[in-house]
Amino acid sequence: MSPDINPLVLFFASIFTSNILLANFLGMCSFISISKDMKSSNGLGLAVTVVLVLTSMLNWVILKYILIPLDLLYLRYIIFIIVIAATVQVLEMVIDRVSPALYMALGIFLPLITVNCAILGVALFMQIRNYSFIQTVFFAAGSGLGWWLAILALSAIQKKLLKAPVPAGLKGPGITLITIGFMAMAFIGFSGMLSVQ
Amino acid sequence: MNFLIAPIAVGVIAAVLGAVIGIVDRIVNNYGDVEIDINGKKTLTVKGGDKLLSSLAAEGIFIPSACGGRGSCGACKCKVESDVGPHLPTEIPYLTKEEIDDNVRLACQVKVKENIQIRIPDELFNVKKFDTKVKSIKDVTHDIKEVVFDLQGEEIDFKAGRYVQIVVPPYGKIRGSTQRAYSMSSKPSEKGIVELLIRLVPGGIATTWVHNYLSEGDEVELIGPFGDFEKRETDATMVCVAGGSGMAPFKSILFDMYEKGELDREVWYFFGARTTKDLFYLEEIKKLDSKWENFHFVPALSEPQEGAGWDGETGLITDVLDRYIKEKMRVDRDKEGYLCGSPGMIAACNNVMTANGIPLEKIYYDKFA
Repeated sequence: MSPDINPLVLFFASIFTSNILLANFLGMCSFISISKDMKSSNGLGLAVTVVLVLTSMLNWVILKYILIPLDLLYLRYIIFIIVIAATVQVLEMVIDRVSPALYMALGIFLPLITVNCAILGVALFMQIRNYSFIQTVFFAAGSGLGWWLAILALSAIQKKLLKAPVPAGLKGPGITLITIGFMAMAFIGFSGMLSVQ
Repeated sequence: MNFLIAPIAVGVIAAVLGAVIGIVDRIVNNYGDVEIDINGKKTLTVKGGDKLLSSLAAEGIFIPSACGGRGSCGACKCKVESDVGPHLPTEIPYLTKEEIDDNVRLACQVKVKENIQIRIPDELFNVKKFDTKVKSIKDVTHDIKEVVFDLQGEEIDFKAGRYVQIVVPPYGKIRGSTQRAYSMSSKPSEKGIVELLIRLVPGGIATTWVHNYLSEGDEVELIGPFGDFEKRETDATMVCVAGGSGMAPFKSILFDMYEKGELDREVWYFFGARTTKDLFYLEEIKKLDSKWENFHFVPALSEPQEGAGWDGETGLITDVLDRYIKEKMRVDRDKEGYLCGSPGMIAACNNVMTANGIPLEKIYYDKFA
């Protein structure tokens, strides 16, 4: 049975109280490497959100109508990954055709997203927590927006950090990780207000 | 039969997704016929949706590309005059700021979606793909082979100093086909053949193939001629420095000059090697030296062995070069530098030459090495 949570609550909870990045620390690699530049962060955030919503819907359908009835739950990792990779591929081609401008902004990030663990993480959470379809969509959208918010916030902080006297040994990923730690602590302030399960 | 369910499920899901990708690719990537306008002189009609590099190659126009279109060499630069969107992050590392402002793109990254106008050096119209047969393979030193390719009736038209790209097919553990550039050592007058000098580089894809897999009679594709390395038409003294298989373009240039009777120009040719067993073509070039008054051949060994009977120059080629420029060459003449060898040798010779008053823009070399 699906948990009794209003999808809207789930939506806000996944943005703030259990932010996929700052609470679960998923999707870190692209988060750290891309967050230096505001424009790219924006593009990546948008791409993650779109892919998250699309793939979680597809994965939910496959989970519900193929994997569970056939008792193949142990295959979920490989199936989810295949679905994510194929979706990204199709999306890349479609965007390239439909909106070259958007492709220029997103294009190079799309292949990166195939291996973004936040995407797989959301698919697995929706299975573990037994979300219904509507809940899954809202959870995925919220997680994507949360990830987007986090990377935008980090890139803004990184911009400030450029002028800060960071000790030599901490420059680059070092200070970024510490910054993310502080951000995660700040987001803990939201916890308890809403719940995801 | 339960054990079959899992593989069938994975297979079916993968197949369905694969089919979707295929169908979307068919529909979405179909741009119809588009026109590529080259230098305003030639118009090609190609199927849209492919990369510029491969679209041009399919029509017989070959932009130099050492990596075969994987965006890892940055050689396939060409100027795109119509708007094809901003530079991609995959192109930027290979382009200078001036090139980016000038709309220079990497042909292997730009997709042809609509009619576009491009500008390429006129010379590239001359570039052809040759289906050749290996005529002979000869060991000239312990690690350099002289390979002669027979163009099977076709003719190659080039200036001495140019290079060709050899298409290395998949072999052994190497899966994909690759291309590598080698300077031609044959003379422009030998139109029916191409001669290359190929040194074995441990672990090198093309050199290993040539040294261990290629044999006489094999069919090999060559694309060329490319490059801008050539004798400049001035009356400055030519100071040529080569190491190892860097002999190739100079062999072509020097014998071409001699053949054409351009004997008034003063030419110095320094050839650096480690030991006597790294020397080759010594007799041929010494003979040229004795017949041609203004030509001076200076082979130098950096590690001559005792008892090898070496009576030529010894020491690093850069030291020998420095000494000769200072002591033997006429000071009242302008000088031009011509280099071919390892990147380290080129950098070191650049330093010696500029320190001796040869301006950097008068030192010429190929950058593909």
